[in-house]
Amino acid sequence: MSDAPETFAFTSENKAKADAVIAKYPEGRQRSAVMPLLDIAQRQSGGWLPMPAIEYVADYLDMPAIRVLEVATFYTMYNLKPIGKHFVQVCTNLPCWLNGSDNIMHACHSHLGIKTGETTEDGEFTLVEAECLGACVNAPMMQINDDYYEDLDSDATKQILDDLRAGKQPKTGSQLERYTCEPLGGLTSLTHQEELRAQKVSEKGDN
Amino acid sequence: MLKDSDRIFTNIYGLEDPFLGGARKRGDWDNTKKLIELGRETIIEQVKGSGLRGRGGAGFSTGMKWSFMPKEVGERPHYLVINADEGEPGTCKDREIMRNDPHKLIEGALIACFAMQAHAAYCYVRGEFYRETEALQRAVDEAYENGLIGDNACGTGWKFDFYIHRGMGAYICGEESALIESLEGKKGQPRLKPPFPANVGVWGCPTTVNNVESIAVVPEILRRGPEWFAGLGRENNTGTKLFNISGHVNKPCTVEEEMGIPLKELIEKHAGGVRGGWDNLLAVIPGGASVPLLTQDTCSTVLMDFDSLKEQKSGLGTAAVMVMDKSTDVIRAITRLSRFYMHESCGQCTPCREGSGWMWRMMERICAGDATPAEIDLLAEVTKQVEGHTICALGDAAAWPIQGLIRHFRPLMEERGAGGQQPAAAE
Repeated sequence: MSDAPETFAFTSENKAKADAVIAKYPEGRQRSAVMPLLDIAQRQSGGWLPMPAIEYVADYLDMPAIRVLEVATFYTMYNLKPIGKHFVQVCTNLPCWLNGSDNIMHACHSHLGIKTGETTEDGEFTLVEAECLGACVNAPMMQINDDYYEDLDSDATKQILDDLRAGKQPKTGSQLERYTCEPLGGLTSLTHQEELRAQKVSEKGDN
Repeated sequence: MLKDSDRIFTNIYGLEDPFLGGARKRGDWDNTKKLIELGRETIIEQVKGSGLRGRGGAGFSTGMKWSFMPKEVGERPHYLVINADEGEPGTCKDREIMRNDPHKLIEGALIACFAMQAHAAYCYVRGEFYRETEALQRAVDEAYENGLIGDNACGTGWKFDFYIHRGMGAYICGEESALIESLEGKKGQPRLKPPFPANVGVWGCPTTVNNVESIAVVPEILRRGPEWFAGLGRENNTGTKLFNISGHVNKPCTVEEEMGIPLKELIEKHAGGVRGGWDNLLAVIPGGASVPLLTQDTCSTVLMDFDSLKEQKSGLGTAAVMVMDKSTDVIRAITRLSRFYMHESCGQCTPCREGSGWMWRMMERICAGDATPAEIDLLAEVTKQVEGHTICALGDAAAWPIQGLIRHFRPLMEERGAGGQQPAAAE
């Protein structure tokens, strides 16, 4: 985890990204870019927003710092304190809960040795409970950094955490023999794609 | 059951190439210029004539909404804003459009913008959908590179830009005026109406906010003709619809079906039936977390459309069907939703800010068996004080699931308070 820095400035690469974002909005409406710029700043800072980064974005967009802080505190995807390398967000909203998100949470607690809201001592994992992440027909699921891991059970959850700890990229998406959101085991619509489905599912399993 | 030939989203599972090569094979961008040449009025008339009602939950006529935009462009430019802030618990349909069939959305946006004389569409995608945003951006880049959008979109002479704006984790931004505030770089707190967005929307300009699915079906409606779309479903509830079936079914899935399909058929044909069989069904929330639940007897006969579900004092909402079998602690289930609304209340209106937390705490008491029957009455009363007394519908959404629970499961709630057995937790 990164300590709070005293200063912040975009790298030249991120500066170019930020300027491209600002150009999406009409002349004089650069304030609209505050959310994407805070996201760029957060990614550059290791997953959280130290105060100097918030102030830097405010200066960059010629906005009062308080208006930027207001945005940073309103939206839940901005982290205002440091997080682990792998930010584990387990959805516990209704469809996930109906399909066993309590077990997924429990597997995370026991396997990582931390409670919800905590970070492992080695700084590898932070665990939080998330509201609905919009993958409900693939419940239960969790998001880790930018990826979704779906159709989980306790064992699959532990395996994903182990892989990440070992520096390996686990298979994203459904952990069952599903390609995306189709019914498990065979199509009930678009049935001309059934052969394709079987092929895609088997390719995915091989990876 | 809907025929495959009547399905619009023919790559909803992403099995084929989602990008331009595959999209063209599926018929997207096929002579889009001809659709544009229908002219503004005809496009709007045909969308109205198709009977398309907004797919984001409220079910307002899409063509009608477009017709509210000023007829002439004055000093202020017009904008289309696409609501891809999909966050209603149970709902995961726009995700599949964006990652598996993104060109339908971009082509639809061009046509909608032309019809409303807008030169730019801003697509507000929930921040968690990072991979979906990547897929959509790739499709947008392809569309620019191939002259489908840009300074001379599809050779029509119409300038059209498609921009993606990522949200950052606030359910409330799915409410159109909160989304507009957010797009302006502010906290996502809903605006008082009037003025309506068609007069004063983003950056003070005339704006229409439409759901992803509403926009993505437009090209197909124009290609096949409004009669085709209007011929599916039933009067006032026409067309096809993406359904998400989650919870206690054997095979949860997303599927495009005809509006008005019986709920039971939807669950049995596509989702492998209720876990343990139909008789093991306790309740269904048919349209996302905000709509009241239905009990098994209603589920056996109800049709999945706006008007049928309204008659049952529920709603089609986003068509996110959450199924609960008899092992479910339904009081716990609704309590979880109450916690969600407390978490997502933006804090602007007192009845919602205070009420959503109060209702959740009361639900926790009932759930734990600590509440008396009089407290259930008090809770019912408070839901009525929140409902209809806030700027946006989040207050209503927090109240309705609880009202549905009390309506259908009051005896269970009383029994819990009298020391009755709690069902085993869901596995």
